[in-house]
Amino acid sequence: MTIEAPPTAATIVLHGRGAVGGVAEGEALVTGETISGWGGVNPREGTVIETRHELRGVSFKDKVLVFPGAKGSSGWSAMFHNCRLMGTAPRAMVFTTMTTKIALGAVVMRIPAVTDLDGDPLELIETGDWVRVDGDRGTVEITKRG
Amino acid sequence: MILTDEEKAMLDGAAGPARQKAMDLLVRYGEALGAERFVLTDSIAGVPGSSNLFLADYYKGRGPNLYETVFSLFDLDADEVVEVPRVVANSCHLQGGLDPVLWREQGMSEAAWRHQMQDEAEVEAHGIKVLKTCTPYIAGAEPKFGDHCAWMESSAVVYCNSVIGARTNTEGRESTSAAMLTRRVPDWGFHQDDFRRGTHHVEVEVPVSSLMDWGMLGYFIGDVVQENIPVVTGDVRDAGLIRHKHFGAAAASSGGVELYHMVGITPEAPSLEAAFRGRRPSETIRYGAPERRRTYDILNSNGTSPDVDYVMLGCPHAALEQLEEAARLLEGRKVSANCSLWIFTSRLIKLQADARGLTRAITEAGGLVMTDTCSAIGQAIPKGTKVVALDSAKQAHYLPAIMGIEAWFGTTADCINAAVTGRWSGALS
Repeated sequence: MTIEAPPTAATIVLHGRGAVGGVAEGEALVTGETISGWGGVNPREGTVIETRHELRGVSFKDKVLVFPGAKGSSGWSAMFHNCRLMGTAPRAMVFTTMTTKIALGAVVMRIPAVTDLDGDPLELIETGDWVRVDGDRGTVEITKRG
Repeated sequence: MILTDEEKAMLDGAAGPARQKAMDLLVRYGEALGAERFVLTDSIAGVPGSSNLFLADYYKGRGPNLYETVFSLFDLDADEVVEVPRVVANSCHLQGGLDPVLWREQGMSEAAWRHQMQDEAEVEAHGIKVLKTCTPYIAGAEPKFGDHCAWMESSAVVYCNSVIGARTNTEGRESTSAAMLTRRVPDWGFHQDDFRRGTHHVEVEVPVSSLMDWGMLGYFIGDVVQENIPVVTGDVRDAGLIRHKHFGAAAASSGGVELYHMVGITPEAPSLEAAFRGRRPSETIRYGAPERRRTYDILNSNGTSPDVDYVMLGCPHAALEQLEEAARLLEGRKVSANCSLWIFTSRLIKLQADARGLTRAITEAGGLVMTDTCSAIGQAIPKGTKVVALDSAKQAHYLPAIMGIEAWFGTTADCINAAVTGRWSGALS
């Protein structure tokens, strides 16, 4: 990977609460819509399959998933747990609404997850931005694309 | 998190390695939530240790006993396989992946059936009730008002909170399995009084009486309020177990509704003020004729061909009255040769249906009464299905996406008509 941001690029740092510790970075995949786990994703490809979802057909594999949070079936954690086993999980998650589904899902995916940020990640992060998520310090560092 | 001495001892391994792993997972989960402590629970509904063939294959050879391997590495998210003792909490197993008798009709392999039966024997041996249903509240696991529960299955969770007034978050597979061994879940969310106050006011301005209308109202509300807590007032009629079952399942599918209040109907909403716990709604939403029409159209947006080759009823699992209705609608009629009719229910309800001759009546008309699973959970549809007809908004939400088929949504009578004629003729009246 050579997408490392140049040191001069403008970066934004958001501060919040780490839900799951660890540090990871990657390209952001942003949606303003909540995501269903069971019945909403295909774990073999890491794609969203919900019929009316704006990310339908798009894969979150190896992305930093930035979204409001989880919805739908209680199979959310198990479905994303399967994504981890199948190698299609996101690298990290940034979300705005805490639920039991997303908390447990982030824990069993074992990826850094940050929430309760001091700026709206859904406004400030765009798909394609480079994002570093520090679940230990509860920070999200955004390097704008281009 | 602040732990009691007993919880600390479990976390330190004093109650054995399985409970230690379970506490470790629950602490990580509680910390992710920002919970400060645990709450004691003695009503747990999950899918402990069960695996499909993918998981079975993935974990093969990692331990001497496959069930305990899956339970350790997947359910408890542990890095090593531990011996799993009998559970200590009142626990049940929710729905599974195939019918224990009609699995061939469902297109399942003998290997899958054999594996599920082995899992089931292990579930029994670990002291967990094998209810095999998404409706434990009418099939052998009925908490009472105010009980702290740890349930999976979004449609059961919303029923448990809203209709019974017991308290549960939407737990997941891993947290329920861990809770079965520890009797603990994080004291967060719906366990706490303040979290249960309504947030959005929904004023119903068209009569909502039929099962289909209750389902559509739930689907509309879930889409609008997402994971918030709606308080419903207005022209809602004929409240009953089955209507609540369909309403809640729909609201939990289009959104993330885990608790709703209906003023004058559900136990925590004797008045509008009580439902909002004295605060103001953040939004007021109207449900009138245009919203009803729009919801119907959305639920039917995956249907184009009128040639129906599959009718699926029983999502959530049919209550006895629904099997009675299906048998009555089929009286003197036969399911079309071009169509299949499968009705899903729990084992407990099927025993009653068998005793009343309902299973036989439905089977003689050409339908099948199945237990344990459904078309979405088991990915079980008749071979070659292209177009399905459904009376459940939840199933209309999920099944087209999961199986890549067309779907029609309507009344139970519309669906039985489609099964008999092979044609969809439903319409919004």
